[in-house]
Amino acid sequence: MVNLMNVEKAEKIRLKLQNSSVGIAGAGGLGSNIAVSLARAGIGRLVVVDFDSVEESNLNRQYYFRDQIDMVKVEALRENINRIDESIKVEIFNHRLTKDTMDRPFHDVDVIVEALDNADTKTTFIEEIMQKLPNTPVVGCSGVAGYGKSDRIKTKRLGNLYMVYDKYAKDDDKDVLVAPRVILMANWQANIVLEIILGEDK
Amino acid sequence: MIEVNGRSVDFVENETVKDLLKRMRYIFPNVVVKINGELVKRNDFADTIVPDNSKIAAIHMISGG
Repeated sequence: MVNLMNVEKAEKIRLKLQNSSVGIAGAGGLGSNIAVSLARAGIGRLVVVDFDSVEESNLNRQYYFRDQIDMVKVEALRENINRIDESIKVEIFNHRLTKDTMDRPFHDVDVIVEALDNADTKTTFIEEIMQKLPNTPVVGCSGVAGYGKSDRIKTKRLGNLYMVYDKYAKDDDKDVLVAPRVILMANWQANIVLEIILGEDK
Repeated sequence: MIEVNGRSVDFVENETVKDLLKRMRYIFPNVVVKINGELVKRNDFADTIVPDNSKIAAIHMISGG
């Protein structure tokens, strides 16, 4: 028997996600996996910024394939997303985010995701977005390196800033970056994005 | 008293954000700080005085992503 209530609810959620947009800063271990997860969830429009190309060493955690080595990351990512759902609009910017203009690609999105790698750039990005786009929720991540210790990961919320956070983790030059923990935290971020977008509708 | 990341800490008169982070042994170079919900940028840590009875949140930004 079909539960009409659930069909109605599912349709409402589908429409809400389809009409939503998410900006993602970085298309590495976090960003590539976040983008694919949000695409599968049915977010209608994604804006992705990254300056890098795919390297063999990325394949242990990033959402790329061997035949995409040397391809520009944002182009490879758009290709992968549109293989999952060709109706999703993926706007790509192949450049480095630099201080004082970091907000530029993200003025018309509902939620912004910080998926950068370097701690200094992450901090600059979050400071700048919170200052220039104070009404847009930002979902960041800090402490992805290592393996295991999943229970140390927490969501820390400071107003419009949501951090997926393991304060005991080491910097990535002192610990390994491997798929399970990077993708776990990437999907934790994506899950917060859905929570923000769906809000009361959930 | 002030509250730092949920912990009650003694108030120190004319203490800057920079001094407070040092006192708390938050030695990471990259920290996002909010005082009573307002962002304090890293460039302003040395000239921002922490007011009494304030709530401070400090998040360490750790490399990797």
